[in-house]
Amino acid sequence: MTRAPVMREALVLGISLLSAMAAGSLLILALGESPAHVYGLLLRSTWGDSYGVGQVLFKSTPLIFTGLSVALAFRAGLFNIGAEGQLMLGGLAAALVGASLPAGAPAALALPLVVLAAALAGAVWGAIPGVLRACFGAHEVINTIMLNFLAAALVLGLGHEVFLPETTHTALVVEGARLPALGLAGSAANLSFILALVAAAAVWFYLARARRGFELRAVGLSPGAAENAGVRVRATWVAAMATAGALAGLVGCNFVLGYKHYFEEGMGRGAGFMGIAVALLGRGHPLGVVLAALLLGTLSHGGMAVNALVPKELVDVLQAVIILAVAASSAALDRGAGRAGQ
Amino acid sequence: MSGFLESLVGFAFWVQVLRISVPYVLAALGGATSERSGVIDLALEGKLLVGAFATAWVADLSQSPWLGALAGAAAGALVALLYGLLVLRWRANQIVVGVAINLLAFGLTRYLLKLAYGSTSSSPPTPGFEGGLAGNPLFWACAALVVVWQPLFSRTRFGLRLRAAGEHPQAAASVGVVVGRVRWAAVTLSGVLAGLGGAWLALDNHGFTAEMSGGRGYIALAAVIMGKWRPAAAALACLLFGFAETCQLHLQAADLGLPTEVIRSLPYLLTMVALAGFIGRSRAPAALGVPEDV
Repeated sequence: MTRAPVMREALVLGISLLSAMAAGSLLILALGESPAHVYGLLLRSTWGDSYGVGQVLFKSTPLIFTGLSVALAFRAGLFNIGAEGQLMLGGLAAALVGASLPAGAPAALALPLVVLAAALAGAVWGAIPGVLRACFGAHEVINTIMLNFLAAALVLGLGHEVFLPETTHTALVVEGARLPALGLAGSAANLSFILALVAAAAVWFYLARARRGFELRAVGLSPGAAENAGVRVRATWVAAMATAGALAGLVGCNFVLGYKHYFEEGMGRGAGFMGIAVALLGRGHPLGVVLAALLLGTLSHGGMAVNALVPKELVDVLQAVIILAVAASSAALDRGAGRAGQ
Repeated sequence: MSGFLESLVGFAFWVQVLRISVPYVLAALGGATSERSGVIDLALEGKLLVGAFATAWVADLSQSPWLGALAGAAAGALVALLYGLLVLRWRANQIVVGVAINLLAFGLTRYLLKLAYGSTSSSPPTPGFEGGLAGNPLFWACAALVVVWQPLFSRTRFGLRLRAAGEHPQAAASVGVVVGRVRWAAVTLSGVLAGLGGAWLALDNHGFTAEMSGGRGYIALAAVIMGKWRPAAAALACLLFGFAETCQLHLQAADLGLPTEVIRSLPYLLTMVALAGFIGRSRAPAALGVPEDV
């Protein structure tokens, strides 16, 4: 029996969400609370009013960027565990450029500049493991992890110079470099969400319709075969990691340009690792990434709302269970399909 | 600066280096074992963290550091069991599962911290081993393991099977080695060792603090790579990293205005340089991350 891919994907998602809900229920029961009550409250506080919806969109925005980042690298056969560091530097770059512009800089000029700065800083940080892989065959997983630590150290080191005295944040970016709020009942949702959707559409187009994207997928499926077909594998690796880094760097838009208007140490922490969950849950497809980011964003904001009943760390556990369940069930189903085909 | 140089020649400085290095060494021995059998060990961080929590919890309940350390090792093994189930039994992607287990450990220990102690940051003070480094049985256990582990790899039947499973599982299987069983043993050993590393963190700190593993699992994995997947060399790399960390602490206290971030970054930079092949050839086991029957 061979399953239709859509059925298979639905099965993977069904199994994963059910196991996450089951694990969550156990943890909630351990505290003597009612799972139905907690889940109900979680849902009401997120999709129940426009403020909740706005907060979900705000929390989902970084996850869309990092999810796309991980997914794009993955389609090239690379693991980007480094979104965490890339987004830190992207945010810092956006804040520094945004704060150094003249106060009256028009938005038409300032916005593209700061967004570009965020993407560029992320791209540089992402390209490093790509180059190391292409030139020395060094595995990108370890290098991206090391670069996360190095980015954190770099932020601290630069912080001595660029943070305002006695604080851990930079100066405010100029008015023109700020992204307006979406106007959802005073929530933090801002134009970055739309930017994230545009990025998702662009990644979809790149992967599905563009020649370079086709080459990238070919390299991901089989570097040797792609090489034989005339694709420059090493250049593709570097380009894929740089693009992945740029996408992660854009996370800075949401926090720096759309919300706080300055860069703060620890900003966006965790979004990089969650991007792995998002990419996995979204099955590597840009539309799937957006939906998965909305789901995890819902959990993330909902976790705060139910914090009075159960510790919000519950949400971290649920997210981890979702990743584990997706990874295990899709591997098991692949093997099942393989056996059936023999 | 002269203050720093004076502390460098002091006895206390080197005791501190050893103390800081112990959890790295224990985790790195575990990591080397797992990776030489062909199983990627990104979950070291999670095993350290869960081991530390279990140790603090049991040490608090029983008021015995011995039972605490035992619980840490057992908890590490339990995490390894989950890891083995996912990647060995169900063949899930080892990198994805490793990262997810670390996230799970991160969330779960904070959740349990709130559940057990109603705190978001730390447990109440718990007992540890008294009598300094020389009186600490866990330190001597770690030292003994370092001595034993290299010959275990190179001289014993288990070590030979371990390396065969990691280099060429099909060839190993063809001469009757049950690769799956060897890998299960390696993964479990890694869990026990990293759990002990976590136990050291909790006992040395006299309590559990949220996120107290602080990236040590990743650094231990970096040490494994620096040591070219050989346990003794990995332990040496851990000492080097421990030395860098101690220097950083002392330089911070000396307040030179010199960015201590530079020293903090050294292990990460060195690892990247080693991985790029600049410190001799650093080659991973050939079948690292490859499921047995693919």
